[in-house]
Amino acid sequence: MIRFTNVSKRYPGGFEALTNISFHMEKGAMAFLTGHSGAGKSTLLKLIALIERCTRGQIFLDGENVSDIHRRRIPYIRRKIGFIFQDHHLLYDRTVYDNVALPLVIAGYRHQDIGRRVRAALDKLGLLSKERMYPITLSGGEQQRVGIARAVVNKPMLLLADEPTGNLDPDLSREIMQLFGLFNEVGVSVLIATHDVELIHSMDYPVLALDHGRLAATAEDYA
Amino acid sequence: MGKRRNQRVARSRLQDWLPRLQHPRIYLQRHAQVALDSLGRMYRNPLPSLMTAAVIGIALALPSSLYLLLDNLHRMSGSWDGQASLSVFLKEKVPAAQRDALAGRIRAWEEVASLQVITPEQALDEFSTHSGFSTALEALDENPLPAVLVVVPQTAHTGPAAAEALQKKIKLLPEVELAQLDLAWVQRLNAMIEIARRGILLISALLALAVLLVIGNTIRLEIQNRHDEIVVTKLIGATNPFVRRPFLYSGLWYGLLGALLAWLLVSAGFWLLAEPVAALAGLYQSDFTLQTLPLVTLGVLLACGTLLGLLGSWLAVGRHLSAIEPS
Repeated sequence: MIRFTNVSKRYPGGFEALTNISFHMEKGAMAFLTGHSGAGKSTLLKLIALIERCTRGQIFLDGENVSDIHRRRIPYIRRKIGFIFQDHHLLYDRTVYDNVALPLVIAGYRHQDIGRRVRAALDKLGLLSKERMYPITLSGGEQQRVGIARAVVNKPMLLLADEPTGNLDPDLSREIMQLFGLFNEVGVSVLIATHDVELIHSMDYPVLALDHGRLAATAEDYA
Repeated sequence: MGKRRNQRVARSRLQDWLPRLQHPRIYLQRHAQVALDSLGRMYRNPLPSLMTAAVIGIALALPSSLYLLLDNLHRMSGSWDGQASLSVFLKEKVPAAQRDALAGRIRAWEEVASLQVITPEQALDEFSTHSGFSTALEALDENPLPAVLVVVPQTAHTGPAAAEALQKKIKLLPEVELAQLDLAWVQRLNAMIEIARRGILLISALLALAVLLVIGNTIRLEIQNRHDEIVVTKLIGATNPFVRRPFLYSGLWYGLLGALLAWLLVSAGFWLLAEPVAALAGLYQSDFTLQTLPLVTLGVLLACGTLLGLLGSWLAVGRHLSAIEPS
């Protein structure tokens, strides 16, 4: 699903956020990406979502080399990825329904299909009763679940989550992680960046550990 | 390997586009939805939207009304256009018989198409009915008006030089006091109208630029207000055309609304002018009426407004949207 070969990312100004990263994550796998803050977790996710472009090496997504892909193709690659952010990135002037429907509207689904899929996603995340509400009226955990519903509504092949439990209490965090596990069980590849070591140890998934922009420890499958 | 990769890229490119090709109806539906959404956004902020539209309306109304005034002026002078005629005033002491003989001689010239004799009595008659001086004229004991021959040259002799030559030839006749080329002032008026037309064209261009800037600025503000939304939609796979679309429709609506307002302003202005103009025309024994915007011109005005709106937002969107990328 994701293959990095000798990837480096140097920001303008000379700071090297990632150095010579190589790993391979199989289709349908789930893994944690961890490391101290500033280790390069976010940069790595941004490289996958093509928010940043790598300065050296090659990145393959679903078999396609995306390291030198044309700008115009980027949106279509992003549609294969569900992205979940620490601060939700919801649109606060739209209802929960409209927020979750957005990826489908962008991808050009039919009106009827959009309704069906959005309700299915909201149902799965226990938000069906909140579809007409505005995100600002929801709790942090509920907002995060809206974000997840929006990320999965398009049935992406890959879920990327950047500190999805950063602002949540331990119980809610566990609940969110279990949700990711459920998506993974139906075949979605999941990569979660988090520094919540306790949470990582409580779940049995491989770990990619970053240390000052280098891959420190990886499970054997991901070497 | 390169070839295979190219094939794969080409195939995935096709897959990207396929939904649009397969479902043109959804694509159009989406357009209609965005168009309505943009309109709704303006409706929810009525005051700023109306102010922008009003600025555009005033900017469009100015050249439209100037053009319309000119058009009316041109129409008024148009009725005299082809009639290049000479008014030949005879000396007062020329008797009627000599006058008619002279008329017959001139009529026979090859340069002359037709000739009409206006006797002093006819002239007085006409003057007293049309000028409002009838009582004053009655007080005179004799007719002060001379006989007039209205000479219409052959079409070959209506050019300025030929007409002037004819004028000189007639002036040399001993019975003639004065030969006046009636066309001269029409030509001067037409020349002035031409200058005014150029002037209006210049003003129109400047005001069109102003409309572009107003719409560009409005759209720029709208883009700034929706910065976060643009970032989020780009993050979840929105293409640039998708992000651009609502702003383009906003610009289009602003332009169209401005043009409609301009039409209202021009119509109201001409409605206010219609009565005094009719009164003035009545004083000149004319049934001239001000013509308000004809349908074709209205169509042109609406099309211009819409296009300017679209162009203005296109320029703003092109400059500001590409700068907004998720980071």
